[in-house]
Amino acid sequence: MHLSEKAVLLFEIELMFYHLGRYIILIGSTLSKPEKLSMYWKETARQMNDIGVGSLLIVALVSVFIGAVTAVQFAYQLEGSSIPPYYIGYIVRDIMIIELAPTFTCLALAGKVGSNMAAELGGMRQKEQIDALEVMGVDTSAYLILPKLLAALVVIPMLVVMSAFTGMAGGYMACVFGKLVTVTEFMQGLRSFFEPYNIFMMQVKSIVFAFILTSISCYQGYYVKGGSIELGKASTAAVVLSNIMILLADYIIALMLT
Amino acid sequence: MIRVEQIKRSFGDQQVLKGIDTIFEPGKTNLIIGRSGAGKTVLLKILVGLIEPTEGNVWYGNINFTQLTVKQRKAIRTEMGMLFQGSALFDSMTVEENVRFPLDMFTSFSAKEKKITVDATLERVGLKGANNKYPSEISGGMQKRVGIARAIVLKPKYLFCDEPNSGLDPTTALLIDELIKDLTVENQMTTVINTHDMNSVMEIGDKINLLYFGELEWTGNRKEVISSENEILRDFIFASPFLKRLRDQALKNS
Repeated sequence: MHLSEKAVLLFEIELMFYHLGRYIILIGSTLSKPEKLSMYWKETARQMNDIGVGSLLIVALVSVFIGAVTAVQFAYQLEGSSIPPYYIGYIVRDIMIIELAPTFTCLALAGKVGSNMAAELGGMRQKEQIDALEVMGVDTSAYLILPKLLAALVVIPMLVVMSAFTGMAGGYMACVFGKLVTVTEFMQGLRSFFEPYNIFMMQVKSIVFAFILTSISCYQGYYVKGGSIELGKASTAAVVLSNIMILLADYIIALMLT
Repeated sequence: MIRVEQIKRSFGDQQVLKGIDTIFEPGKTNLIIGRSGAGKTVLLKILVGLIEPTEGNVWYGNINFTQLTVKQRKAIRTEMGMLFQGSALFDSMTVEENVRFPLDMFTSFSAKEKKITVDATLERVGLKGANNKYPSEISGGMQKRVGIARAIVLKPKYLFCDEPNSGLDPTTALLIDELIKDLTVENQMTTVINTHDMNSVMEIGDKINLLYFGELEWTGNRKEVISSENEILRDFIFASPFLKRLRDQALKNS
């Protein structure tokens, strides 16, 4: 390895630690005591509406198709095997609850909500609105990020539950309309071998993923410097980094909870 | 009163401010002028705490602002108002909500008291009836007025203006200057304006600080500008042949 390559590598590692440290400090200051609760509540309610109501359609659409595809694929895998057909309902239910609902919902939300948060904060930074708040004496990281974080932690688990149900509905439609199994068989599968612990796992994932996508996106937007090109880059970085970290966290949670 | 004591600031190898000492007086419009890159904006941002100086101190009365923690600074910050170059209004809020924001955040006024205060402030800056408009629906001059209204709604002791006339036509610029000057006298605020608008210098410059490559080159008032023999000041203020002739005429007449 050439010296220059070593230097570049060292610089990259240093940069990674710099961002990690700054991210931790930002999250620390975000969790400080709010100046005025009523102002934070108003902003949290607005964010809940933006994240929740604004994402209902995309989450429903993604989930219906994922559920449908899962059902079709498993029906294909089970063809000619001795496994009873009602297992399709059981597999669709469990895979939606354990994996697909939290992961796909949060990956989709990282693209929609995360990029939006990064762009919103980045735009505020560029238009000096964050400076204006700071001069007034407002704790900007807390005022701008905490409501987003709280809203995401409340609303995203709800969206994930909805996604799980919609995914099962998608699986049901694919099975019934595609004549893969009968309605009775699919419903029997849905009711079989239910483990309440899987719901706990789904909610742990949804809360962790919600925190990851919100905090990373806000971090990217909050520290934007420069013009529109940098804002675009920050928005892209928010989505890419959130997705990578969600998948990494998914693996770690799977290892820990199963 | 704000006192600036040996302020230095570097960005990497580049020293932008090289030891500034000056005083910004209450009830006066204190101007920071200079060419682009002279360090005006950096100095203004150091005054309000958006940038930390490499060396030196900023005193608000007898409080050393530079040495305070972020939490301790909050008390002084509620006594500050700032008008930004691009107005920095919150896009998602109406004019009324923008002006009401500091009241919502830092006072326990009732809704009625807030409404009365906001309406009075908007009337004072000449924007009566514009309450429900959004920043995108009003002109640049009106946005500056909303910015001023938001800056003064808590009746601050210190008002900072970053290029208040940028992007405005001469008539509107003059109106904004007059408004800032009147408010400064009315409320006995310490107003610090960062500008390179020569009309502002000659109309409202109670105390003028000329920065030149990071150093305080000249200090005086608008009357002293005419008679000053400082070449850098003369070249900066009377940059065009037309203005030079005007200055010579003024000197002859006096």
